[in-house]
Amino acid sequence: MSAHAEALDDHHGPPLANQSSRVDARTLGMFLFIGSEIMLFGSFFTAYFFVRVVNPSAPNPWPPAPYDFPVFVAGVNTCILVTSSFTMHWALQSIKRGQRAGFLAGMVLTFLMGLAFLLTQLIEYLNVGFNTGAGAWASVFFGLTGLHGAHVFIGLTLLAMVIVRGFRGHYSPEHHHGVELPGIYWHFVDIMWIVVYTTVYLL
Amino acid sequence: MESPFRSEAAAFRFLLVTIGAFALIVAASWIDALLGLAVFVILTVAAVVVYLRQRGPQPAREHMQHVGPPDVRRVLVVANETVGGEELMRTIGDLALAGRSEFYVVSPALNSRLKTWTSDEDGARVEAEKRLDATVDRLATVGIEAHGTVGDLDPLVAIEDAVRAFHPDEILISTHPEGRSNWLERGVVQAVEARYDAPVTHVVVDLERVTP
Repeated sequence: MSAHAEALDDHHGPPLANQSSRVDARTLGMFLFIGSEIMLFGSFFTAYFFVRVVNPSAPNPWPPAPYDFPVFVAGVNTCILVTSSFTMHWALQSIKRGQRAGFLAGMVLTFLMGLAFLLTQLIEYLNVGFNTGAGAWASVFFGLTGLHGAHVFIGLTLLAMVIVRGFRGHYSPEHHHGVELPGIYWHFVDIMWIVVYTTVYLL
Repeated sequence: MESPFRSEAAAFRFLLVTIGAFALIVAASWIDALLGLAVFVILTVAAVVVYLRQRGPQPAREHMQHVGPPDVRRVLVVANETVGGEELMRTIGDLALAGRSEFYVVSPALNSRLKTWTSDEDGARVEAEKRLDATVDRLATVGIEAHGTVGDLDPLVAIEDAVRAFHPDEILISTHPEGRSNWLERGVVQAVEARYDAPVTHVVVDLERVTP
């Protein structure tokens, strides 16, 4: 008789939790969380398109002269963030194969690139030459990029936890869920930035 | 359907697709704004079509572990409106005569799609409860002890829940005849046979047949 079957027969106390979904509960939790995040970003994009497209007094050109969005710097930042997704993927593949050095190197590189992205965005804010008082167009710019920046910060916090645990010997080819979930979140943050960068800076 | 955020690898693949798609949109927009919009719409529609058409990963075939006394056969009975049908009762009776058996009846809370979407399922659950009680009572009158539960609207989900709670050795599925059965049209019996390694018996109950 299997351990589970024995547990069912000899079980005392509250009934065992029923789990009909074939998705791991923790992965499902992250999936639902990302679903709510997509809705949050959706509301910010709605405000953005309202100000830029629906609004009859929307500035033309966008942004209004003499201001300009730092497209090149943000482009470099985009490359940094996209690369960090590759290192994140490398880190997870490494721990799945039991290669701890590759896992730790991948995590540290991912963290450093994420930090570089966030610091570059802060410097961009300081040098952009306008603030939220310049108009609704500036508010939605800071709103969307700031919301994304907050998500990068949360992602960096998760990555930092993984790195600390990784250096303390946690995770193995069998147990790497704690790396997989932050990895999913990090890719989501990256995908969102591609949408934000394209919408705000390029189009 | 596979969610792009179900695993890190799936999320990474989705990222690569996003990069390619947005590069195309930006390139088209630089040529002409309307062309960019057209590319965006086409790619969005294509993504939705591909997402809806793809088949999710097939779950592994589940091994059914016998639970309880070794000489007692545990039979899971799944039936919709046919739950009190003669053919089903006869099959259950045959199984009961063949040896010591324990029966667990699952009566899915059948509901319309609109009511499911609006979470209006109280009525469906009450009806399913009535069908279940009537069946258990009827089996008790012929000396067959059975218990059961109201299950999910989706028969596969209802069976999965029951399998985890009851650990059956055999699954008995009762449906309407071919042509009138929604479950047969959806391939429920084949899906259950593919998912579990326990014997699956399909009983057809024709409620419209006039008994002489």
